[in-house]
Amino acid sequence: MTRHRTQRRWQIRQPSVLPGFGLALGVTLSWLTLIVLIPLAGLVARASGIGLSSFLALAADPRVIAALKVSFGTAFLAALINVVFGVILAWVLVRYQFWGRRIIDAMVDLPFALPTAVAGIALTAIYAPNGWIGALLEPLGLKVAFTPTGIVIALIFVGLPFVVRTVQPIMEEIDREVEEAAATLGATRFQTISRVLLPGLAPAVLTGFSLAFARGVGEYGSVIFIAGNRPYVSEIAPLLIVIRLEEFNYAGATAIAVIMLIISFAMLLVINSIQAWSRRRYGYGA
Amino acid sequence: MEVRVKNIVKEFARFPALENVSLDIRSGELIALLGPSGSGKTTLLRLIAGLETPTTGQIFFGDEDASQKTVQQRNIGFVFQHYALFRHMTVLENVSFGLKVRSGDRRPPADEIRRRALELLDLVQLSGLETRYPAQLSGGQRQRVALARAMAVEPNVLLLDEPFGALDAQVRRELRKWLRDIHDHTGHTTVFVTHDQEEALELADRVVVMSKGKIEQVGTADEIYDTPASPFVYGFIGESNVLPVRIEGGEIWFEDRPIGVKAEGHADGDGRLYFRPHDIEMLEGCGGCLAGIVTASRRVAGTRHVEVSTGASNASVEIELPIDRGNVDGSRLAFRPKKWTLFR
Repeated sequence: MTRHRTQRRWQIRQPSVLPGFGLALGVTLSWLTLIVLIPLAGLVARASGIGLSSFLALAADPRVIAALKVSFGTAFLAALINVVFGVILAWVLVRYQFWGRRIIDAMVDLPFALPTAVAGIALTAIYAPNGWIGALLEPLGLKVAFTPTGIVIALIFVGLPFVVRTVQPIMEEIDREVEEAAATLGATRFQTISRVLLPGLAPAVLTGFSLAFARGVGEYGSVIFIAGNRPYVSEIAPLLIVIRLEEFNYAGATAIAVIMLIISFAMLLVINSIQAWSRRRYGYGA
Repeated sequence: MEVRVKNIVKEFARFPALENVSLDIRSGELIALLGPSGSGKTTLLRLIAGLETPTTGQIFFGDEDASQKTVQQRNIGFVFQHYALFRHMTVLENVSFGLKVRSGDRRPPADEIRRRALELLDLVQLSGLETRYPAQLSGGQRQRVALARAMAVEPNVLLLDEPFGALDAQVRRELRKWLRDIHDHTGHTTVFVTHDQEEALELADRVVVMSKGKIEQVGTADEIYDTPASPFVYGFIGESNVLPVRIEGGEIWFEDRPIGVKAEGHADGDGRLYFRPHDIEMLEGCGGCLAGIVTASRRVAGTRHVEVSTGASNASVEIELPIDRGNVDGSRLAFRPKKWTLFR
């Protein structure tokens, strides 16, 4: 019985009456191999040439560790903030009809389209001590540009559409009747949102979070302008890779890249498993 | 609890959905709101629930004016056509929800909530499924969870919006009988909306027939079927024939001849004659009758439904004949209504 099930699980799904399964799978695999697998394999092959002991030595460099902390920490924080405000923004766009709604809806996509360097320069100009907002914050002793805070702001900017665009369609599907059911059972508006609506959105929010987080970890263009790039403080790992490359230190660059790859892959894997689990449980998309 | 609807008017963007509707629902009654789509039956149900606010008019729960209360304060149970279960919660969590969200001292202790929820799941015959999620249940089971959830708050009145509308015919019949049993067992005042007349007539103590935002008739299944109060009810409930007729000297005339039916007490003039296909007597030879050629016939269970084209205008009338009359296609039949109603 158990063996039979295991066997079935590993079988390639039988093609249906719809033709093209073999072709489609073939194209998919070749494409993934060309675009994703070969470059990544090259990276790993390069890293394995370094040798384990020197790889560990490179990885243990305090500057590398600091850069990784900055990269993953700021990306995580930015993704969290994006989740909160992205969900509110999506809610407003889905639930209310008001003048200019379509314009705001279109604006959400701007960070996708804008060259990230432009975004970085614009944000720096605004948040620098002599910029519009920076000048207001300066007397309060708050420095944004050229600190990790600045990095977080840049990552919030680039990550926002990911959260809004993943949550929005699921929100549109929320059945009015579910809210009404909660109300007839005596739930207040707050209880309805916190106990009924938000848990239902959790899988979509999680997807949005992981996308925004992944984008944040890899972001380069906008961050380098606003970060100030001080080693050990506001230097991100992607920048450190570029610096190592410019020093012709290919081994160092590869080591950082591989570590980033491993951490990112592990985190996305965990998030995806949580999602698959909740999907199975609640029957979303089933 | 007794529910009184008093002079309710509801307009949606100037379009009247309900026009001055009044209705008394007795305590413990199972009552059906029946009508075609757009008749305002669901709107009336939602007004009682507090999911809509009336343009004018009032709703009383017992002696209390409920119109001023929010849906949360009214303490009603509402069952939706598409169940509206909370899909991230187990069956048990769904049923307990109404008690868990109560504040302060109105909330029973956790083990009491659990006990009551399990008791209700037992009542709706879902014991053993309390840890399942809605996605793992069949449609009929989901609707039973929805009912248990609605009953958990000990509602003043139980409101069901086309509760069996999304289910297939067989499950529907089962649940219908089962809902009647539950109602007799718990005694909740229950209002349900349906467009299925069979469901309404079979299940409800009284049926409210609605059309175009108005109540046409309120009565038991017998009253509604045997003495329809309006042409709409006559036409909507069961099968019926309509013929344009004339009253002359206390007799009913169809076109150029009397049909052998006395209409004493009716003033002369035009009218419309309504009668059911089975409320007829067959005649041999015609001294005052309806007569015509059979244009079509079909066997329906124990009777034969025969379409007769009658009069100069070829008005089509459907009558029911016993099977032993054999095939009557193309032959000429004479008959007259035994029971009928005249609307002017």
